[in-house]
Amino acid sequence: MPAAVPLSWYLVLSAVLFSLGVAGFFFRRNIITMFMSIELMLNAVNLSFVAFSFQLKQVSGNIFAFFVMVVAAAEAAVGLAIILTVFKNRATLNVDRIDSMKY
Amino acid sequence: MPGNSLPAAVELVRFLPETILVLLGTLIMVLEAVTGDRPKTFLGHLAAAGLGLAACAAVYAHSSPGEAFSGMLVVDGFTTFFRLLVYAVGILTVLSSCQFLTRERANTGEFYALVVFSVAGQSVMVASHELIMIFIGLEISSIATYVLAGFLRDDPRATESAVKYFLLGSFATAFVLYGIAWIYGATGSTELTAIRAAVDTQAGREGAMLAAVAAALMFVGLGFKVSGAPFQMWAPDVYQGAPSPVSAFLSAGPKAAAFAVFLRVFETAFGSIGPLWEPLFWISALLSMTIGNFAALVQGNVKRMLAYSSIAHAGYILVALTARSEVGTAAVMFYLAAYALMNVGAFALLGHLTRKGERFQKVEDLAGLGSAQPLAAALFSIFLLSLIGVPLTAGFFGKFYIFKAALDSGLVWLTVLGLLNSAVGAYYYLRVLVVMYMREASEEVPPVEALSGGLRAALLACSAGTLALGIFPGPVLDFVNRSATLIR
Repeated sequence: MPAAVPLSWYLVLSAVLFSLGVAGFFFRRNIITMFMSIELMLNAVNLSFVAFSFQLKQVSGNIFAFFVMVVAAAEAAVGLAIILTVFKNRATLNVDRIDSMKY
Repeated sequence: MPGNSLPAAVELVRFLPETILVLLGTLIMVLEAVTGDRPKTFLGHLAAAGLGLAACAAVYAHSSPGEAFSGMLVVDGFTTFFRLLVYAVGILTVLSSCQFLTRERANTGEFYALVVFSVAGQSVMVASHELIMIFIGLEISSIATYVLAGFLRDDPRATESAVKYFLLGSFATAFVLYGIAWIYGATGSTELTAIRAAVDTQAGREGAMLAAVAAALMFVGLGFKVSGAPFQMWAPDVYQGAPSPVSAFLSAGPKAAAFAVFLRVFETAFGSIGPLWEPLFWISALLSMTIGNFAALVQGNVKRMLAYSSIAHAGYILVALTARSEVGTAAVMFYLAAYALMNVGAFALLGHLTRKGERFQKVEDLAGLGSAQPLAAALFSIFLLSLIGVPLTAGFFGKFYIFKAALDSGLVWLTVLGLLNSAVGAYYYLRVLVVMYMREASEEVPPVEALSGGLRAALLACSAGTLALGIFPGPVLDFVNRSATLIR
């Protein structure tokens, strides 16, 4: 049996995915893409949870990942509904053009 | 941990308030569906009564303090104080929003159900002693408030506010969660006392650095939730765009619960690496006070001004957190109670003063209020004076205890800068008072209607509470001093 992939590889991958999510949130202007970036961040966290759980030989980390998935699903349901109302009101999904409240 | 035992009856009692709230929210949703076209104000009254019942349950649970569900939940003075605080904010919000919603033709049961669910989430947050439970509570509270911010779904300002709150709120949540993942990896636990024990034994070694990284990530996430600088940019747009009763709720309830989590996590779990995270707090405190106050100075929109002022107030509270002492914890608790009363009052009243559709939000639109509506003007004056921190109001003692705690911990220059900031803050609140009492009303602006019903009751309760905490702070102060002892 080949040697297991070391923990640090998973953690680095998770950190890279999380950073990609942060970068996407800051540099993309479409609300849907920004929301997808947030989902990417949450999934990066899930990867960390599962990797740590395997390393610590505990089952709890796996369960946390399920909690996070449930919460992410609830957030997606509410978030997409909100994005839909914004689109109905303004017919645009570009965050730079959703700025009616400066001063 | 006993293997497969069912929770004991006393543990269920300790979880009773949250159980009541969840059932209440569900009941309101069902009643909304089966009552058809009838006016829905009675659901608001039901929500207020149910929140009152939950408050009684919280007091009852306080008579048997202790842990529940293998240490996931802790009932102590701290929990009870914050539970009662968020329930009070919930009651004041539903009472003051019935007429507002009727005026805006949006008086449906969902609003009250969402407020109740959000309060249930905050209640879980303040009672939890375990990071995943805290996360679940945070999300229950947040998801409900995202919807509330955009409740007037045909108003472009409200939906803009909701989408900004949603995007930045979920972004912040991801940071909190990443912090939790790291602390779980570093210590093998998510229970706060176990984390503390693990961090203590690792102090000075590699594990402590991991804990410090986790603390920084959680600080970013929670900093967003309390609108502390440099994570405050969402607050002005969200508070300005959301319906005023919702702004009142957002600026008091979720913020108080997030500060409770701040105290629990940083004092209990990360207490022994305090010197590592202390700089984060004073930098954020200083930035929040300065940005909040100076940005509020130039606002012509009263609602936006109050939004910036709420950032400044988050800064004052962060000063007390920087003190890292029991006096500081007590000061945070007292200030949050004072702040909840005066800020909910100010925002809820503003919802009435801005008239139908919330079209008149400028400072000048309040001209002549002193002679046209003496009661409304007097109440608004009490809230604004308390926000300044004038003696005989709750805001004065709140600031006094915060700066006293900071001085006790040797933060002399932070105290001095905080006091200078309070002086700057006085200017923009007083400007509103001057316009209300010294200027004549303009012809073009429709007159403000008289206060009545639930809104008047809620505002009178807020102002009575503000004055009571300012004149007789003793009983509340005794309670916060006794319950500021967090588990260490």
